[in-house]
Amino acid sequence: MDTIVQQNLASGGIAATASEDPILQVKNLTTVFQTRSGAVPAVNDVSFHLHRGETLGLVGESGCGKSVTSLSILRLIPARAGKVEEGSVLYGGRDLMQLDDEEMRRIRGGEIAMVFQEPMTALNPVLTIGQQIIETILLHENMNREQARERAIEMLKVVHIPEAERQIDNYPHQLSGGMRQRAMIAMALSCNPKVLIADEPTTALDVTIQAQILELMQELQAKFGTSIIMITHDLGVIAETAHRVAVMYAGRKVEEAQVEDLFEDAIHPYTQGLLQAIPGMDSEVEPSGQRRRLYAIEGTVPALADLPPGCAFAPRCPLATEICREKVPPLVEKKPRHWAACWNSPRPYAAGQA
Amino acid sequence: MSIASQAAQAVPVPAAMPQPILKVEGLKKYFRVRKGLLARNSQYVQAVDGVSFHIDPGETLSLVGESGCGKSTIGRMIMKLIEPTAGAIYINGRDIAPLSRRGMQPYRREMQIIFQDPFSSLNPRMTAGDIVGEPLLVHGIADDGERQKRVVELFRKVGLRPDQMPRYPHEFSGGQRQRIGIARALALGPKLIIGDEPVSALDVSVQAQVINLMTDLQQEFGLSYLFIAHDLSVVKHISHRIAVMYLGKIVELAECGELFRNPLHPYTEALLSAVPIANPRKTRKKRIILKGDVPSPIDPPPGCRFNTRCPLAIDRCKVEVPEFREVAPKHWVACHLR
Ligand SMILES: Nc1ncnc2c1ncn2[C@@H]1O[C@H](COP(=O)(O)OP(=O)(O)OP(=O)(O)O)[C@@H](O)[C@H]1O
Ligand SMILES: Nc1ncnc2c1ncn2[C@@H]1O[C@H](COP(=O)(O)OP(=O)(O)OP(=O)(O)O)[C@@H](O)[C@H]1O
Ligand code: SF4
Ligand code: SF4
Ligand SMILES: [Mg+2]
Ligand SMILES: [Mg+2]
Repeated sequence: MDTIVQQNLASGGIAATASEDPILQVKNLTTVFQTRSGAVPAVNDVSFHLHRGETLGLVGESGCGKSVTSLSILRLIPARAGKVEEGSVLYGGRDLMQLDDEEMRRIRGGEIAMVFQEPMTALNPVLTIGQQIIETILLHENMNREQARERAIEMLKVVHIPEAERQIDNYPHQLSGGMRQRAMIAMALSCNPKVLIADEPTTALDVTIQAQILELMQELQAKFGTSIIMITHDLGVIAETAHRVAVMYAGRKVEEAQVEDLFEDAIHPYTQGLLQAIPGMDSEVEPSGQRRRLYAIEGTVPALADLPPGCAFAPRCPLATEICREKVPPLVEKKPRHWAACWNSPRPYAAGQA
Repeated sequence: MSIASQAAQAVPVPAAMPQPILKVEGLKKYFRVRKGLLARNSQYVQAVDGVSFHIDPGETLSLVGESGCGKSTIGRMIMKLIEPTAGAIYINGRDIAPLSRRGMQPYRREMQIIFQDPFSSLNPRMTAGDIVGEPLLVHGIADDGERQKRVVELFRKVGLRPDQMPRYPHEFSGGQRQRIGIARALALGPKLIIGDEPVSALDVSVQAQVINLMTDLQQEFGLSYLFIAHDLSVVKHISHRIAVMYLGKIVELAECGELFRNPLHPYTEALLSAVPIANPRKTRKKRIILKGDVPSPIDPPPGCRFNTRCPLAIDRCKVEVPEFREVAPKHWVACHLR
């Protein structure tokens, strides 16, 4: 196989097509942790799909279940902490939840790769980054050690790590935060995955390198039809990379829409609050040096082990009414291809009316 | 006693001339690394190469710059977690660079750091509540009941719930862990906080809460921050002054509004042009793409360190190091063309 770098990345793009079957389909995923304070449903009946060549943005409050969703897809929830209690993850006609460990190992890191949120937790501190990337490559590609090392160096170059030949033999602690993050991205991309789950992949990168990394992902997507789940708090990154966005709150999916619709016409009060909290680049700095207060949604998320009976957002929602406190709102298509779970938003969309 | 009164207690009587709470001069860190696998000779990574700046009481100075340019290394040197290769670090006028671990003891209460990588900085065998309460215990402040109360208060302040106190770090999400680190840094009511990407794992709403908390504490108690971040909209919101770094050196330093209105260094311009915009329909102004690889900090380019990638570079840039000059009031830049 050609190496990723050698191939001309600047070829025409593959548009996200809604017509073919999704490459990945998550259905009614429910992941529960057993803790001292009881059962914690970190992911609660979440469904979504992902098309070939598509980028799905996944956003939501810190602690709402984004990382647990991705760890569940790859079956990486530690058994002693919790488990996927319900749901299926269909990939290539198979349910990942039913595969045996060996089959899963072959998919993980090969066909479906993940960039983990905290590089230091995912990287092994006693192995050099080269050893770790090479191991991944050997596991999934038909290469000898020397070729794998070549490929690893090349991947480090692709993610703009300076002096890849030297850095490859460094231990994680010898790299800066952003380099560690890029080393992990290099590892995830090293086997040219079909699905890439990127969990906060650019938190430690300055904006110029962030732009380069995002462009790299888009180029790979255009070239190979890679599908991407992009988890990030940076709504600018979402606006620039995602085709479609799913919003989570307290373990549930509460809204989903095309990216333009979400930014221009968010339906769920949580999403609206989130968008309002973006610290704008346009805002002028006040000459007095006085800092303007940023808008923040009042209150905190409820304890997952002790969720209120109705809408989990009700204790913080300005629109909450009686029914909100009693029944969980269903996810309804409120406008074409725009779903939200809220009792007090525009009436449900029905075909023919808009 | 509340966190508030605790911090109030720590604020010194203001001197006649307000002196900077922190001042660093000619700060350097060269890491020794092996050259090749077998060679005996070692080389030096010039991670930080002659950096000077100061922070006034009640001021926020942000450090921004390319990944790997030395920001975390500066933070770790100021905390004396690593020894500087050269330079002075003045805290309230006293140079702490030569101090031993013991000599540092009195300063530990006044300076705290929030680490870039929350997970690796939290003890996995301690509960979140104990982690946040530990500094209080170590410094012998507050009895058990009092400490418990303070920890509850700190949890609330950073948007965590007290019922989460008995949990261990691995049972939290990334952003929740980051807030444990913030709560711990605030516990002793420090006067200077070094925040290394302290809000990078938070959603914008929780981020807003934490930033509002940081500015409130600043207004109330005159806290100072050295804020390291890559999200420029946050930097713009929180900073009084901003220092832009490239490959171990500060290349531009200006007041916040001035820097965004009138960036002078070509690297700063490239940085500002790359900020992602939270509007899917908006086509951005032209993004300045920096060509070429980030040069090696072992063997940085001669002349201006940015010359290998600078779109404006001229011959002179390859031989002559540009002087760091004040080109407009309080606006410093190191570039031959400005
Ligand atoms: N091992 C565990 N045991 C118990 N609870 C857990 C465990 N891991 C995660 N949780 C809980 O599950 C919830 C979802 O966590 P998750 O890491 O998915 O959040 P997230 O959306 O990724 O947040 P962030 O944006 O802060 O990274 C959180 O409330 C967290 O406290
Ligand atoms: N222990 C070490 N040994 C060798 N080199 C190191 C060590 N720690 C850091 N470095 C190098 O020093 C340089 C500066 O690293 P530092 O972590 O300060 O960067 P940074 O500006 O914080 O970057 P980021 O934004 O990516 O976190 C990098 O080139 C890094 O590889
Ligand atoms: S269902 Fe009710 S409480 Fe929930 S978001 Fe809608 S209006 Fe608010
Ligand atoms: S001194 Fe020359 S190379 Fe350096 S920033 Fe200025 S123009 Fe560019
Ligand atoms: Mg997460
Ligand atoms: Mg750093």
